[in-house]
Amino acid sequence: MSDFEPDILTFCCNWCSYAGADLAGVSRLQYPTNNRIIRVMCSSRVEPIHILEALKEGTDGILVTGCHIGDCHYIEGNIHTDERMKEIVDALEHLGLKDRLRLEWVSAAEGKKFQETITDFVEKIRALGPNPLKEKAKEE
Amino acid sequence: MTEQEAITNEESEELRIGAFICECGVNIAGAVDCYAVADYISTLPNVVTAVVNKYTCSDAGQAEIKNAIKDLNLNRVLVASCTPKTHEPIFRACVEEAGLNQYLFEFVNIREHCSWIHMWEKEDATRKAKELVRMGVARAALLEPLESSEVPVTNKALVIGAGVTGMQAAMDIGDMGFKVYLVEQGPSIGGKMAQLDKTFPTNDCSICILGPKMVEVARNENIEIMSYSEVEEVDGYVGNFKVKVKHKPRYLNIDECTGCGLCTEKCPVEVPYTEFNEGIGTRKAIYTPFPQAVPLRALVDKSICIDCGACIKACERGAIDMDQTETFSELDVGVIVVTAGYDVYDPEPNHDFGFGFYDNVITTMEFERLINASGPTMGKVVRPSDVQPPKRIGFVQCVGSRDKNSNIYCSSFCCMASLKNAQLLKEKYPETEVYIMYMDMRTPFRMYEEFYNRARDMGIRFIRGRPAEVTENEDHNIIARIEDTLTNEIVNLELDLMVLSVGAVASESTETIRQILKVSKAADGFMMEAHPKLKPVDTTLDGIFIGGMTQGPKDIPYSISQGSACAARATRFLAQGKAMTEGITAKVDDDICVACGVCVPMCPFQALSIEDDKLKILTALCKGCGTCMAACPTGALDQSHFKNEQLLAQVKNVFAYGEV
Ligand SMILES: Cc1cc2nc3c(=O)[nH]c(=O)nc-3n(C[C@H](O)[C@H](O)[C@H](O)COP(=O)(O)OP(=O)(O)OC[C@H]3O[C@@H](n4cnc5c(N)ncnc54)[C@H](O)[C@@H]3O)c2cc1C
Ligand code: SF4
Ligand code: SF4
Ligand code: FES
Repeated sequence: MSDFEPDILTFCCNWCSYAGADLAGVSRLQYPTNNRIIRVMCSSRVEPIHILEALKEGTDGILVTGCHIGDCHYIEGNIHTDERMKEIVDALEHLGLKDRLRLEWVSAAEGKKFQETITDFVEKIRALGPNPLKEKAKEE
Repeated sequence: MTEQEAITNEESEELRIGAFICECGVNIAGAVDCYAVADYISTLPNVVTAVVNKYTCSDAGQAEIKNAIKDLNLNRVLVASCTPKTHEPIFRACVEEAGLNQYLFEFVNIREHCSWIHMWEKEDATRKAKELVRMGVARAALLEPLESSEVPVTNKALVIGAGVTGMQAAMDIGDMGFKVYLVEQGPSIGGKMAQLDKTFPTNDCSICILGPKMVEVARNENIEIMSYSEVEEVDGYVGNFKVKVKHKPRYLNIDECTGCGLCTEKCPVEVPYTEFNEGIGTRKAIYTPFPQAVPLRALVDKSICIDCGACIKACERGAIDMDQTETFSELDVGVIVVTAGYDVYDPEPNHDFGFGFYDNVITTMEFERLINASGPTMGKVVRPSDVQPPKRIGFVQCVGSRDKNSNIYCSSFCCMASLKNAQLLKEKYPETEVYIMYMDMRTPFRMYEEFYNRARDMGIRFIRGRPAEVTENEDHNIIARIEDTLTNEIVNLELDLMVLSVGAVASESTETIRQILKVSKAADGFMMEAHPKLKPVDTTLDGIFIGGMTQGPKDIPYSISQGSACAARATRFLAQGKAMTEGITAKVDDDICVACGVCVPMCPFQALSIEDDKLKILTALCKGCGTCMAACPTGALDQSHFKNEQLLAQVKNVFAYGEV
């Protein structure tokens, strides 16, 4: 399993975590190449189907990131994100996939936190091994 | 051809995507093989051309995009370069100029999110860049043209915080002919500068240069000062902000009060004057803030008033009204400038250098009030323990600054502030021994280094090192034990008074207004600008600007420059009279929607309602967050430009599994 490189997908909200990821870049904070970012306006745009489809496609880990509570550009979007993610994690528990989804708040000033979050998540998922749906996805 | 027909036409056309991969000099090319990315991309469906540019955003790069749109009949354009946060508007404008709807442009970030974070992993970074662009191509194929709407701009401005920065911003906007509401939480405008004694590097009297400016602000017919008021709610968007302002009761009629002070004379209640004199000296329960206050009006501190009625009897104009309650105003403004300033670092909680334990350890702000001729001691410098003039005074630099236990940043003004206060002491009391204990003296900008030299010439002693231990002897003198790192000697300095040169911190009130406006916070706690170099007074929110200490520690000249900069940036919108809003909003498919109403309470902006068994979206109110669609159980809701199928295309096409 040592050569397993997890495929990680991160949803970033336009206002905080995307800017946090930008700051990590501007500050040249190095982190593993496993991560790909999808930008949405607010973390609350992320629907269960996006996460389920990603898992079905063989993505090994999914991060949903947004502004800290109280800082959401749309006032309380991330409060809904928080509630929804808990529901999705519950649903994933039955499928044995719950550790493959993580929610994290990263502000526009937290480039370092973005770097650390990705690095840590990649390590966790690496230890967890490949998404069991991956082989099937590759065949298709 | 109507707009609608044009859109339909574009849709029925075959997809023709042009991809432009930027090397950004070596910024991207250093870690990503851009030609390999282009080669791979040109194999993807619908991609007509894949070009590598040295700098895609340059004139030449943009010309290449425009020519390709025309020559190759492109109907989608993808640029893989830096971040949309700074460059999306540039490329959107570029494709529009070539006749393509700006929403048919797709941006892929391969610099901040790839080359800069994988600087030494060219192979993996290149593979990642290929996958990022592949994901972008999948999304580009599904992009749809949208119309961003032009909205009228209310030609009025709101300035929050009337320190020297806010005053400057308000005057400049007012002088350009636009109405300005200047909201100040305190009873007078002026901010911290009104409390200072003199100002470096010329040592002119602070209130003597600020006072006339305060009067000028009050006289400017375009400025409406709302003192003792706070912004409670802000709604809307660039050009059309709705603002609710709370006016706190002064318990007197501001139109009748003349600020004569007869009431204050008669008031029997006295407390330390913390708000203006840093707790040195006292004020009454009814008081005018300071002699040069604007507006020069009294106010009652109800928390200590004993309702004796002495002031009511004393007031010849019958101005006092103890039944006053708070009132509210609703303002419509087009732009907002935040100049809410700062607080000085408080050494009390950690008892830095014995502060709070020993009477004769004070802060520079307290010192400013002590040495001020109209301050509580009439400018006589005395020490707290015995009210005697100190003969040996030491300033400690970087208190609450450049210290990993408090704040790591340099507050920038405090070296100069201590040099100023040390000089003032020497001028006033030449026999006084004055010491400055420092880590580094920081004196950039015109006349500042000369100011430092002047202090040396005056005999002020500099010790490189800060007290490692501070104790007090039986005379209440302070004993500071310092390692002088220039001479490698331990010095035990006995001082009559020790002054902590405190830095600046973001204040609670700036944090409140920051959260109301949703401006980003930088790592140091101050408000964050849109770009550290190119947009120092913009925020990421259209129509909202920040300046002065609100944006981080700085001195008066820098603050005033930012005040003017805010005014100039903000007035662009007011002068144009119109602004563009994003075309990204919620959309409902009436055929699928069952009018269950689950989405309605989700919307933070009340854009949704059920009318006649149908979901109605008030597009003008919708800000396009996407909260509602994620709640819709039927999938009837979607978000333009972030449509479900577009997001799913990204999700499904991101990893190529060894194909690249
Ligand atoms: C001891 C000391 C000495 C100094 N000496 C010098 C000097 O000699 N020369 C020099 O150039 N600089 C000096 N400075 C720095 C100087 O004080 C600042 O550069 C300047 O005051 C910044 O002005 P400002 O308007 O940005 O902020 P402030 O002066 O803090 O003004 C902000 C205003 O906004 C108001 N406000 C805050 N929150 C709200 C809200 N939510 N709603 C409404 N209003 C709000 C505040 O009440 C205040 O009136 C010194 C600083 C200190 C601490
Ligand atoms: S200006 Fe001087 S005293 Fe203030 S934080 Fe910077 S180095 Fe320290
Ligand atoms: S996207 Fe939905 S929830 Fe968000 S503002 Fe628009 S209508 Fe409201
Ligand atoms: S905008 Fe960042 S979470 Fe809502």
